Amino acid sequence: MENFQYILPEIFISASIMLFLLVGVFKKNSASLIYNLSNISLVILLALIINLSSLDTIYLFNDSYLIDNLSNYMKIILVGSGIFVMLTGSKYIQVINLNKIEYPILILSSILGMMIMISSNDLIVFYMGLELQSLALYVLASFNRDNLLSTESGLKYFVLSALSSGLLLYGCSLTYGFSESTNFDQILINSTEFNYGTTFGIVFILVGLAFKISAVPFHMWAPDVYQGSPTSVTLFFAILPKIAALSVFIKFLYTPFANMNDQWQTIIVFISIASMIFGAVAAIGQKNLKRLIAYSSISHMGYALAGLATVSNQGIQSSITYISIYLVMNLAFFSCLFMLKRNDKYYENIEDLSGLSKKHPILSFSLLIVLFSLAGIPPLAGFFAKFYVFLAVIEQSMYFLAIVGLLATVVAAFYYLRIIKIIYFDPEKEEYETSHNLGLKITLAISTIFILAYFIYPSGITEIVSKITMI
Amino acid sequence: MNFPILSSLILLPTIGALFILFTKSSSGKYQSSKYVALFISLANFLLSLYLWYVFDKNSVDFQFVENREWLSGFINYKVGIDGISILFVILTTFITPICIISVNATIKNRLKDFLIAILIMETFMIGVFCSLDLVVFYLFFEAGLIPMFLIIGIWGGERRVYSAFKFFLYTLLGSVLMLVAIISIYWITGTTDVEKLYELGIKAEYQNLLWLAFFSSFAVKTPMWPVHTWLPDAHVEAPTVGSVLLAAILLKMAGYGFIRFSLGLFPIASENFTMLVYILSLIAIIYTSLVALMQEDMKKLIAYSSVAHMGFVTLGIFTMTQQGIEGSIFQMISHGLVSAALFLSVGVVYERQHTRLINKYGGLVSIMPRYAIVFMVFTLGALGLPGTTGFIGEFLILMGAFEKNILVAMIASLGVILGAAYMLWLFKRVVFGKINNQEFKSMKDLKTFEIITLSALVIPILFFGFYPEPLMNSIEASVENTLNMYNFELINNLASKD
Repeated sequence: MENFQYILPEIFISASIMLFLLVGVFKKNSASLIYNLSNISLVILLALIINLSSLDTIYLFNDSYLIDNLSNYMKIILVGSGIFVMLTGSKYIQVINLNKIEYPILILSSILGMMIMISSNDLIVFYMGLELQSLALYVLASFNRDNLLSTESGLKYFVLSALSSGLLLYGCSLTYGFSESTNFDQILINSTEFNYGTTFGIVFILVGLAFKISAVPFHMWAPDVYQGSPTSVTLFFAILPKIAALSVFIKFLYTPFANMNDQWQTIIVFISIASMIFGAVAAIGQKNLKRLIAYSSISHMGYALAGLATVSNQGIQSSITYISIYLVMNLAFFSCLFMLKRNDKYYENIEDLSGLSKKHPILSFSLLIVLFSLAGIPPLAGFFAKFYVFLAVIEQSMYFLAIVGLLATVVAAFYYLRIIKIIYFDPEKEEYETSHNLGLKITLAISTIFILAYFIYPSGITEIVSKITMI
Repeated sequence: MNFPILSSLILLPTIGALFILFTKSSSGKYQSSKYVALFISLANFLLSLYLWYVFDKNSVDFQFVENREWLSGFINYKVGIDGISILFVILTTFITPICIISVNATIKNRLKDFLIAILIMETFMIGVFCSLDLVVFYLFFEAGLIPMFLIIGIWGGERRVYSAFKFFLYTLLGSVLMLVAIISIYWITGTTDVEKLYELGIKAEYQNLLWLAFFSSFAVKTPMWPVHTWLPDAHVEAPTVGSVLLAAILLKMAGYGFIRFSLGLFPIASENFTMLVYILSLIAIIYTSLVALMQEDMKKLIAYSSVAHMGFVTLGIFTMTQQGIEGSIFQMISHGLVSAALFLSVGVVYERQHTRLINKYGGLVSIMPRYAIVFMVFTLGALGLPGTTGFIGEFLILMGAFEKNILVAMIASLGVILGAAYMLWLFKRVVFGKINNQEFKSMKDLKTFEIITLSALVIPILFFGFYPEPLMNSIEASVENTLNMYNFELINNLASKD
């Protein structure tokens, strides 16, 4: 029984979910109450995880559950961004009438699923966590059920995601069949010799994971789902599943398949290059901001994967740093998006930003900072994210990857500049509302200042991340 | 540790910008923020003059070095100056207040934002010239794109969006390869500290590719033919002050980079690629001078003349002679002053008549006599008449070139003639001749603030033209040191081959 203290966060969040469900069923009109309670429970969850994070590596339940530096860090940024996602979206879901009890409960359940994914050290536990988060996400994507786009995105996400889960499961079973174990460490020990079965297993598992992280060529769902889902859910999609999937990527590549790196390295390099280029090129023609950010996140995932392709601790750490900075930039971007409100209607097309800078100088300045940061222009945080990745990539003499990646940033810079042009150079339009809820303002302020001032003390994140070693 | 004078130079404009950001003006005209900006930039100028005064001109070491831990473990924030960089720092701090004084002539809307952009820009420009670490250098070098993009895009002319994008993407494309090279240098040598790299040297086998990567960035920024096309667009569309900053300082970053990094870090590669630079420089000198002859737009003409002048600069640097490099540095300072002055002069008439077409003007000498005089000084400075700074630079560069390669020097000398041709022709068509346009008769002569800014530029152009000693003194030791290191590396390399 003493093991249970280590999974206290998971137990706590499961208990909260059940409690909130009961409260929601028996108490009328309790949607706002549950929303706030969920947020508080996330804060407590974060505190619990941070409390555990000083411990060493701990194996639980027949080595099927693992708590180490990687899982702790990933859970912290996961739950941390979860809190901000809830904060920014609270007003939005009230305005578009989505304030139902299921909404926060689904978010909490998918966070629980992601936490299990991140900590899993066994194929079966991993799959359980994955499905828990996916099922919650299917419902969230179509949560605005009166909206055609939202239902379409939910259905699309469900069909494609189920397919990828199937592939993933097939990969898991192949791996199990050829390495005679579902435990990650055991798979590593048993797969010292090359065999086709495990190689196929790797490919299928990577395809499934690439789908979850929306990397090319398994990205097709992302633009539609991003556009169709309610914006608060899009923000959730843009950050949390990516953190979980990247963490599982690291886990799979560097624990069970660490010996097979000559098999998977090429795949990762290909996925990474394809994502960087496709994300950059396809975003150029977009008119909808949510769609554009979908393509942008595809290309960002390409950079995060580039770090993983290096087979070095430096590379893993750079990817983790990348995703940490990426999530802050996305929080800032979506906070700006939530502020484009006029007469209870939210605007999400690029033209709606036209001439924003004249009436809303602070909002436009934040957007300017975020967009230049997304484009990776120094001295903003986005530059350092890319810098660390390319530092790791060039260390391994992977010059092709580095040069293609950097050239893709130039292409990507074009569409970020286009938004800046519309904000700053174009004629102005009607004014937007200026009163926003406090959570939204705080999120925007914190994330913008983080991006802007990152260069003053860039060692902060790297020092924490440098404790994560896999090799 | 003494007072961190360089960091204060770098940070002061940003502090001023923050100050302006948080002030509100009840009238909405933000006149007071203009005075704040002017005060800050003048303070910075005085600080840099003080720096020049206490600077030890006989020492070849980097002075006022500050070294702080920054990216933990591997990259330090390191700044310092030698005799070469201090001149560029002073040029920057000198041009910025002039820009701020001339702001209200050209900037009609959003003055506050513009002042913030200029001050932030000043921070980045000083940072470029002070940084002694490749990553810090890259950071400042690239960061300058953001305010310049906004300056061109928000306050520019009709085709401003196209020009701003072209400027941004060209420069970014050139620079990303430099980033790859910088990171490679880190993994090859284990440091990006410029001083340490000078000592360690970089192995000959890597130098060619690294040189090319740096070259791609500097060539775009210089700009060298054939990647110069962003410059005329950017200049024409930028507001006057933007053109001044662009021509006077931004272009100098690349020339400075050539001396500091290309020559200093990759001597063997620089020797290998000398001919390439000669040819590109000669094409720049001759071809763009011819193009300049054909221009109908005054700003475009000056923009093309900038390309030609920068052609002289790159030519001079790669002669690898004391005269050539000193000449190049002198030419950069001179061009910084003269091109700033020319763009301001064009701004003066543009602000009155809203056209930059040469054939609309004519006979300005009888309408605006004072203007005609200063414009003449600048024209003569641009074509390199003895007695102006332009002459000394070009003369030294040609001297260096004759020592190395007579053919190259002779072709380059043709450029001097062409330069005289287009500048004098411009002057003749604008200032002399008949008054083409009767409306222009009512044009007022120079206003007070125009007299201040333009005469502030006339004085150094003439003073250093007659008495270049103070500038030469400052750069001599550093250039000699650079060349000694360069030759030492070359000889070492030859010895190791035998």
